[in-house]
Amino acid sequence: MNNIDISYLSLFLALSLVLVALVISSKEKLGLTRDIITSVLRTIIQLTVVGYLLYYVFDVDNIFLTLAMVLIIVYNASRQADKRNPNQKKRFYQSYLSLFLATGLTLTVLVLSGAIQFLPSQIIPITGMIASNSMVAIGLCYREMNSLFRDQRQQVLEKLALGAPVKLASASIVRQAIRTAMQPTIDSAKTVGLVSLPGMMSGLIFAGVSPIFAIKYQIMVMFMLLSATSLGAVVAAYFAYRHYFNDRAQLDFEEEKV
Amino acid sequence: MKIFELDNLGLVSPEKVILEEISLSVEAGAHLTITGPSGSGKSSLLKLLAALVSPSSGRIVYQGRDLEDLDPVTYRKEVSYCFQQPVLFGQTVWDNMVFPFEIRHLPFDQERVLTALARLNLGHEFLEKPIKELSGGEKQRVALVRNLLFEPKVLLLDEVSSGLDEKTKTLLRTFLTDLHQAGVTLIEVTHDQREIEAAGRLLTIVEGRLAHE
Repeated sequence: MNNIDISYLSLFLALSLVLVALVISSKEKLGLTRDIITSVLRTIIQLTVVGYLLYYVFDVDNIFLTLAMVLIIVYNASRQADKRNPNQKKRFYQSYLSLFLATGLTLTVLVLSGAIQFLPSQIIPITGMIASNSMVAIGLCYREMNSLFRDQRQQVLEKLALGAPVKLASASIVRQAIRTAMQPTIDSAKTVGLVSLPGMMSGLIFAGVSPIFAIKYQIMVMFMLLSATSLGAVVAAYFAYRHYFNDRAQLDFEEEKV
Repeated sequence: MKIFELDNLGLVSPEKVILEEISLSVEAGAHLTITGPSGSGKSSLLKLLAALVSPSSGRIVYQGRDLEDLDPVTYRKEVSYCFQQPVLFGQTVWDNMVFPFEIRHLPFDQERVLTALARLNLGHEFLEKPIKELSGGEKQRVALVRNLLFEPKVLLLDEVSSGLDEKTKTLLRTFLTDLHQAGVTLIEVTHDQREIEAAGRLLTIVEGRLAHE
């Protein structure tokens, strides 16, 4: 296996790359100097904490601790996804449940199929990948849905006026929101290996694993991301569309427009 | 028999009072025409009657029952609202004709659709026509057919003839007269002087209040 340990001196020298960003920010008067310094400090602190935490969790190798880590990752991802929902009537538990189902079901299939083992060193990084991709997908789904409900307000209203239940009146919007949420994952699956070598594969190759073995993991990752983003988006979309209506099957912001 | 009784109806938006103290009754089979200046609350009154908005105060009684106690989805199949500038769904006229069947979980009945289109002078070739190729008058007629495929008890018409040419207006007028004679209650908002003059019962709304009858 290659030597993949970076010395502290090398890392410190690599910090000089940040100077490039700082010089550009200063010369071009971008006003980002403070943001860049904060982001660098946060990267160092957050990753150091996570590194030591993972070292401990991997070392202990306890099923409950691993599951707790999974739940924490899902919680953090749900909070972020929920922030993307502009609807005031949103419920956090629905974002959490969407992410929990997407992550949980995908992980279960991966473990049961033998693609990964129930070891903290495998479960936790894979959970992170699934949850972060689902988080982005759900966030996209929420935003797309909100703009579609604004843009297609009259169409929804006309469907309601014809006697359609809210589910049928929203069907095309729900479909479009799910499609938008899944599109980045589908696009990245189409171009994987052609545009960039994805993280999982790069990491394994970096660690000295043969690319022939690394691609198998990457293929698994693409499968799991397709499953997780579609599951997360579908569940989130079917929870979210209801919040645009009241219990009288009326469009909620209709009052602003009468 | 009264089909509607409106009791001290009011509607308030976050910014202003839209309707207040509206009390009236409508007989089943009547043809009621509502007029008034723009922004006076006429369309809002129709939306209230269509259960697309709930009143802020007062109540609407439909066939002896408070509207708030009725299932709005079932109710809207009986009391159908036609928009001033309707939006057609999907790509073709067919997409719009299939929707009322989908709502009722019924198989598509092409004969029924072609008969309904023909009543508004739209030939069978219209069924496959892309909605982008329809004129304003054709869109309005397609939208009306969409509302009337399963004949409602009440038709709420929100300035449906505005912007149409005289020929289409006359066609629409004859069609609505036939519907009325068949027993459908018509409640119509209009600015058209000829329609106002021909009204059986005329209501005027000014600044959210019933001005006179």
